[in-house]
Amino acid sequence: MSDTAEKRPGPHKPSGWAVPGGDPYISIQNVTKRFGEFVAVDNVSLDIYRSELFSLLGASGCGKTTLLRMLAGLEEPTEGRILLDGQDMVGVPPYERPVNMMFQSYALFPHMTVAQNVAFGLKQEGMGKGEVEERVEQMLGLVQLGRFARRKPHQLSGGQRQRVALARALAKRPKLLLLDEPLAALDKKLRESTQFELMNIQEELGVTFIVVTHDQEEAMTLSTRIAVMNEGVIQQLGTPSEVYEYPRTRYVADFIGSVNLFEGTVSGTGAEGMRITAPEAGIDIHVDAGQTDARAGQSVAVAIRPEKIAIAKQDDKPSQGENVIQGIVDEIAYQGSLSIYQVRLADGKLVRVTTPNLTRTAERPIDWEEPVWLSWGRHAGVVLTS
Amino acid sequence: MSAGGAGGLGARLRARLFSQRTVVLLPPYIWLLLFFLAPFVIVLKLSISEAAIAMPPYLPILDWADGLIPDFTGTFYNFSFLFTDDLYVVAYLNSIKIALVSTIACLLIGYPMAYGIAKAPGTWRNALLMLVILPFWTSFLIRVYAWIGILKNNGILNNLLIGLGIIDQPLPMLHNDFSVYVGIVYSYLPFMILPLYANLAKMDESLLEAAADLGAKPWKTFLAVTLPLSVPGIVAGSMLVFIPAVGEFVIPELLGGPDTLMIGRVLWNEFFHNRDWPVASAVAIAMLLFLVVPIVIFQHYQGKTDEAAS
Repeated sequence: MSDTAEKRPGPHKPSGWAVPGGDPYISIQNVTKRFGEFVAVDNVSLDIYRSELFSLLGASGCGKTTLLRMLAGLEEPTEGRILLDGQDMVGVPPYERPVNMMFQSYALFPHMTVAQNVAFGLKQEGMGKGEVEERVEQMLGLVQLGRFARRKPHQLSGGQRQRVALARALAKRPKLLLLDEPLAALDKKLRESTQFELMNIQEELGVTFIVVTHDQEEAMTLSTRIAVMNEGVIQQLGTPSEVYEYPRTRYVADFIGSVNLFEGTVSGTGAEGMRITAPEAGIDIHVDAGQTDARAGQSVAVAIRPEKIAIAKQDDKPSQGENVIQGIVDEIAYQGSLSIYQVRLADGKLVRVTTPNLTRTAERPIDWEEPVWLSWGRHAGVVLTS
Repeated sequence: MSAGGAGGLGARLRARLFSQRTVVLLPPYIWLLLFFLAPFVIVLKLSISEAAIAMPPYLPILDWADGLIPDFTGTFYNFSFLFTDDLYVVAYLNSIKIALVSTIACLLIGYPMAYGIAKAPGTWRNALLMLVILPFWTSFLIRVYAWIGILKNNGILNNLLIGLGIIDQPLPMLHNDFSVYVGIVYSYLPFMILPLYANLAKMDESLLEAAADLGAKPWKTFLAVTLPLSVPGIVAGSMLVFIPAVGEFVIPELLGGPDTLMIGRVLWNEFFHNRDWPVASAVAIAMLLFLVVPIVIFQHYQGKTDEAAS
């Protein structure tokens, strides 16, 4: 999956994370992990570079955590190799790997204070007492928990525990930090502020981060690159904007953000674009050329993001000649910064449209059961062949 | 206003008395009152009575002859008597020594077993636990008796060792302290294993993984994480072995030698041979006081771990 991904970059490759030259820092090569009959990770190959903040994104059970645990040495691959800085890691026990992990449950030692938790890894290295104290203080300062050094984990809030876990994992100055759902246990507000904290710490220390998450928003916010996984396979690998704007499969399009999918067949290709006959939409959908090698007659899906569709009242018909359809407003969800419209097309298909609420009150608000025009440009649609 | 307040109080009091909580808590309290507190009070009363050659063999502690306010005719002589004859003190100390050594032996044998069972794959675990509990299916008395057949001069173990040519004279393994230790450790080992197993089985695997991830080798992980976190299990198991072992009667009686002095035997002798119920009761009360200390330590630990868990 990932090699086809490399061969078919989108036509407007967005700026963002540029893969640096040189050798990859972590190289996962044809790694498969089976638990009995169950294949958790299926022949995955992946290169991750120094100082990246890389996300493994997928629904639960997609194999992302298993992949992370193999990097930490807590599981051994059934097949394949994992190279860390050029060194084969297979068979190296976790306590000999220059890798630290932040566990989803945080796994703080309940019988030790915050300071003792952070010091644990340093003591294993045989670091001197004074140096340990200095490093612990520095780490607790980094996560703003200096005042809590003598507390036990059960005396801390969830957000504080999360930061202790981070400080403990960073204390040994690992070259690679693995984070398993680092923010899952936090509430939304705290999660957002912690995301930025994580990014700042990562930038400050220059550590390579690999984050496992099921939260696409979190992955988008944090990452330099995202690997979307499903059923043990990497579906797509790219920067957040690549994965969002140029999804390669229906799964990725659907998993990242919300999307309108129109099933159809390619009815014409040319230099200026491609025409897809989509019975669900009731029209031929026109898209830009060059994003797919689909041939005429092939059945494909067109993915259109809700925010790329414009919605207009009945007497305000868009002037463009293509990608215009009529529908009736079925539901409206007002979310403050934006409004979500669910529009029913002639044959019953529901289309999702989001518009930002730029003014406080629209002059002529669109109402329930109102007939509306939907329109989008050629650049909006993405043709999916798988 | 005040009448309404009083009515509210009465209603609240009634609600309290007949709440579900009370209904649930009442039976165990009645049980404890009837079968623990009442016998204890009887024994306490006996221990401050004077012995007599009579039926029952003691005198009442209250004399009602003077009318409404009775005279106290009891005595604390029985307790001071325990210190006049060093038989009792020696028996207490010996009981505690035997119980302590047996507890440590149980811990040293039981910990690896509990650890092994807790780490065993799921299907094996229940079978192994079953093997630990299996001896309970046979009468305790018969199991202790069986050790006589194993340990005696012409017993299974001596014959085996002689047969293998390791020894040529049978080892004296029965009717001494050794056989008492064997009996106690054998009998009480499950009481050590089960609480330890319960503790080790619920140990959060991710803590051990975190320790390994932070660079701790397996034995260091054991010392720094597993062992301290299993202290409640160690304390519970040790109490379950130590407390009954101190007052053990059957094992020293059957396996011990004539000079194996344990407080349980002394108590038996006072009660049934000397028919001195008051002194026997004083021995029992003194033993209880001895055991209260470890029980309080145990309760304290339990309270602390419950607090930490919540």
